[in-house]
Amino acid sequence: MKPYRDPIIRPSEITDERDFYGRRSLLAALAASPLLLSGCESASSEAPVGPPPVVPNAGATPSGPAAGGAIPGVKTSALSTSEPKTTWSDVTSYNNYYEFGTGKDDPVVQARSFQARPWSITVDGECEAPGTLDLEDLIKPHAIEERIYRMRCVEAWSMVVPWNGIPLADVLKRFKPTSRAKYVRFVSLADKERMPGLRYPVLDWPYQEGLRMDEAMHPLAMLAVGVYSRWLPNQNGAPLRLVVPWKYGFKGIKAIVRIEFTNRKPATSWNDSAPDEYGFYANVNPAVDHPRWSQASERRIAADRNLFNARIPTLPFNGYAEQVASLYTGMDLATYF
Amino acid sequence: MYRFDRIAWSKLVLFPLALVPAGLLVEGVFANSLGADPVDTLTHATGIWALRFLLLSLAITPLRQWTGWNWLIRYRRMLGLFAFFYATVHLAIYVVLDLGAYWADLITDITKRPYMTVGFAAWLILLPLAATSTQRMIRRLGRSWQKLHRLVYAAAILAILHFFWLVKADLREPAIYALILAVLLGARAFKAWRKRPLGAKD
Repeated sequence: MKPYRDPIIRPSEITDERDFYGRRSLLAALAASPLLLSGCESASSEAPVGPPPVVPNAGATPSGPAAGGAIPGVKTSALSTSEPKTTWSDVTSYNNYYEFGTGKDDPVVQARSFQARPWSITVDGECEAPGTLDLEDLIKPHAIEERIYRMRCVEAWSMVVPWNGIPLADVLKRFKPTSRAKYVRFVSLADKERMPGLRYPVLDWPYQEGLRMDEAMHPLAMLAVGVYSRWLPNQNGAPLRLVVPWKYGFKGIKAIVRIEFTNRKPATSWNDSAPDEYGFYANVNPAVDHPRWSQASERRIAADRNLFNARIPTLPFNGYAEQVASLYTGMDLATYF
Repeated sequence: MYRFDRIAWSKLVLFPLALVPAGLLVEGVFANSLGADPVDTLTHATGIWALRFLLLSLAITPLRQWTGWNWLIRYRRMLGLFAFFYATVHLAIYVVLDLGAYWADLITDITKRPYMTVGFAAWLILLPLAATSTQRMIRRLGRSWQKLHRLVYAAAILAILHFFWLVKADLREPAIYALILAVLLGARAFKAWRKRPLGAKD
């Protein structure tokens, strides 16, 4: 019998890391030929749903977690939907973020070199404990949760996104809002050097959003710092963004630098831009159409949907009516749209 | 008898070339490379190409008058028919793929939503123009053929309006197309003004 010897592996025999991780897309490409015959089933169901594996140290910055790195110890939440998720690739390559261009595929390209760390947030206004904090100090006291939420864009498309973040109410309480705090105002970064979209006055920069105090304190409202258990990619609003799942997506202000408690209803960017089309409340409502298009149904971008069955009905409050409808009892939702 | 000359040969090349955008979209569907919202990509791309071919067909006459290249006229029908082709695919994608099971909403869309009303009207106008584009119809309609086909100006204006009305805030792209159309129609208006009968009051 021949004694065993370690096989010598030549460098040329080693599969490149990219090919190894790309093996699924290779399989998908091979599988594409029968797809041609079977009548164009969308191939998105073949693509991986989650993010690509983390490459250690890739793009890490000394001052904090790099955009795209893994978030440790994410807790699950009972508030999550069990609907099929939108793939990582769709969530991170298709969205509106006018600071990085008005096309929905602009942000992923134009935000590539954006530095989201170090980052500080000022919390002020009608509160007893205002302050300016580093992002890390803002997040540290809280456990990061995964909340799989529906996201309904005012343009009538939707996604199912596994956000990672902290309940907005828990953060706001730390600053001890006073009884004069009736609204919360959020302000985005507006840095011409770092955000190429600011060169065009499409909106009145900085981007601003607002919530009524009881809306902000609702358990569904959250501050997201990640998606798919990765720190937020730049194009999705790194390092900190708002997620209010029962409202149209434009309420989800990105790259937040200031949170202000106020006793007056704050101005909000899209409402300022076209007050007859975008309201302050912007609750998802299939019964109240946008002046130019219907809001009764939506195109769902998700792994279980394809070219032929993307459209689904839109639900009142984006399916969160049971939890949030009581916030608006007695209000005419056609007037306060 | 049809003369198979150089222009006829060049049209044989231009025909498949004009189908390249459609081909790339079909390829994109199978390769799943049309982005997160492929229906939106397909709708937008076919609409843009319809508008581009419409503007190209409208560019023929001013270009002819400017350069004296009268042979350009022989490309006009082909360009106009490709505008109609992309407009029809555009409408079909909206009804079949986007609305799908909700196709009955098309009626509400057309009656209630101005951008849909004008878009659909533009397509309706192109329909008889495409139908009367054959040599035989041109001969049969005689002088009224030209009158009928002047409706293309209305179709182009409605198409531009359709584009403006569906954009959310960034009007730069439709504005570029509007500017091109303004130049093309302006050239015609200028010529008509210069050719006004002598002695007419200004």
